[in-house]
Amino acid sequence: MMELLQTLQQTGLDLFGSAWLLIWTVVKIVLIVAPLMLGVAYLTLAERKVLGFMQIRPGPNRVGYWGLMQPIADGVKLLCKEIIIPTGANKFLFIAAPALALAPALAAWSVIPFDDGLILADVNAGLLFLLAMTSLGVYGIIIAGWASNSKYAFLGALRSAAQIVSYELAMGFALVCVLLAAQSMNLGEIVRGQQSDYGMFGWYWIPLFPMFVVYFIAGVAETNRSPFDMAEGESEIVAGFHVEYSGMGFALFFLAEYANMMLIATLTAVMFLGGWLNPFHGWPLIGALTDAIPGLFWMLGKMSLMLFFFLWFRATFPRYRYDQLMRLGWKVFIPLTLVWVVVVATWMQTPYWFW
Amino acid sequence: MKNLINFFKSFLLLELLKGMTVTGKYFFARHITIEYPEEKTPQSFRFRGLHAQRRYPNGEERCIACKLCEAVCPAMAIKIEVAERADGSRRTTQYDIDLTKCIFCGFCEESCPVDAIVETRVYEYHGENRGDLYYTKEMLLANGANHEAQIALDRAADAKYR
Repeated sequence: MMELLQTLQQTGLDLFGSAWLLIWTVVKIVLIVAPLMLGVAYLTLAERKVLGFMQIRPGPNRVGYWGLMQPIADGVKLLCKEIIIPTGANKFLFIAAPALALAPALAAWSVIPFDDGLILADVNAGLLFLLAMTSLGVYGIIIAGWASNSKYAFLGALRSAAQIVSYELAMGFALVCVLLAAQSMNLGEIVRGQQSDYGMFGWYWIPLFPMFVVYFIAGVAETNRSPFDMAEGESEIVAGFHVEYSGMGFALFFLAEYANMMLIATLTAVMFLGGWLNPFHGWPLIGALTDAIPGLFWMLGKMSLMLFFFLWFRATFPRYRYDQLMRLGWKVFIPLTLVWVVVVATWMQTPYWFW
Repeated sequence: MKNLINFFKSFLLLELLKGMTVTGKYFFARHITIEYPEEKTPQSFRFRGLHAQRRYPNGEERCIACKLCEAVCPAMAIKIEVAERADGSRRTTQYDIDLTKCIFCGFCEESCPVDAIVETRVYEYHGENRGDLYYTKEMLLANGANHEAQIALDRAADAKYR
């Protein structure tokens, strides 16, 4: 496999010269984005299935066996629909907004390590890059809300902006704890820091358990998912920031939301659940049996688990009231994370830090 | 003290976890959905579907044109014209039910002294034009002829409650 890659690199260099680096990077980007888009499509199906099962009904099951072609049918439907630009809308921003929402959601994937060394850009400040990218997504929403020239869209955008800014703080502080524990901002290093002979007990979710919970809840809020879907709030403000969008514009927002969901799930897996590491590594018998399974499998498994939680939350909890949402963000999460930063920092100075 | 307990209850997300166990349990529960074209719900013998006009076993139509059904119909969906037949009996020359007006209350069936107008179990019918749902006497008699066996069974099953 490595030799094959090397010969490919060599022939590429011979053929294209210095342009090869560009081509090779584009190939790698496609290799990440294409499965991601497919994943997003099937996440929508999984969501409808899980919600259906939790409401003791079967979910979509008419298009293809077990409803497996449903996302494709939805995609075709959205592609064929007319794109309506409302009167008085700022045309340029109205069309640019969906792209602005989707681009950061995709860009963030460049620093995600899928396996040991399987990473597009192994940057040292990966964590900072991720924080930046996840916060940039809010611009798409604000611009969409403003450019639509609609009260509901504007209200949705304002809610979303306030919410994302509030939860960004708690999320940042939760990440500071991870940073303290791993002593690195490189995501690959963070995963390697969790490697031990105790399998899943060596991961950061044990010492940083409150942060794990806070990070995931803040992540749900960041992606505007139920129970924090104030920005959409279909019972209050129709569909929030994307009321005026139809066809592909709407589909892009949809893709961005689900790509962000997958991103948060992946980040939770990388930072608290040991990324590509085998959960049974070093355990008697089962450890030896499962060590041969490639890291990508564990990574995808952990991602799916966290995504299932996203859907589970949506099936269970009613929407937060806006003041409760703000209270949770500012008066519960931020103090809690601040305290835990100090706790972790102190804990690491004692001889009882095993991670 | 109570406040403290409440604080820890909400802080440890106990209520939320309880909620999640409920939905988690239902995730594995058996679906109650009836997948319609393949599966159908059981019907009562009192089911009120498409109308039909019945005949006696000797082929004589039951309707005596008393117009009780027309009078009782709350939606005024029934239209009846009467004339004397050659043998001197009172018969309908026109008996129409406009199914776009009908509310399927079953009063026509209740009021009929000779069990001539009935509602069958048939509910899978449609019209592509509005006129297709205007049922004339011939169509109603044809319905009766098609479903007579089931209609008779249903009347017999219901008879002991009357």
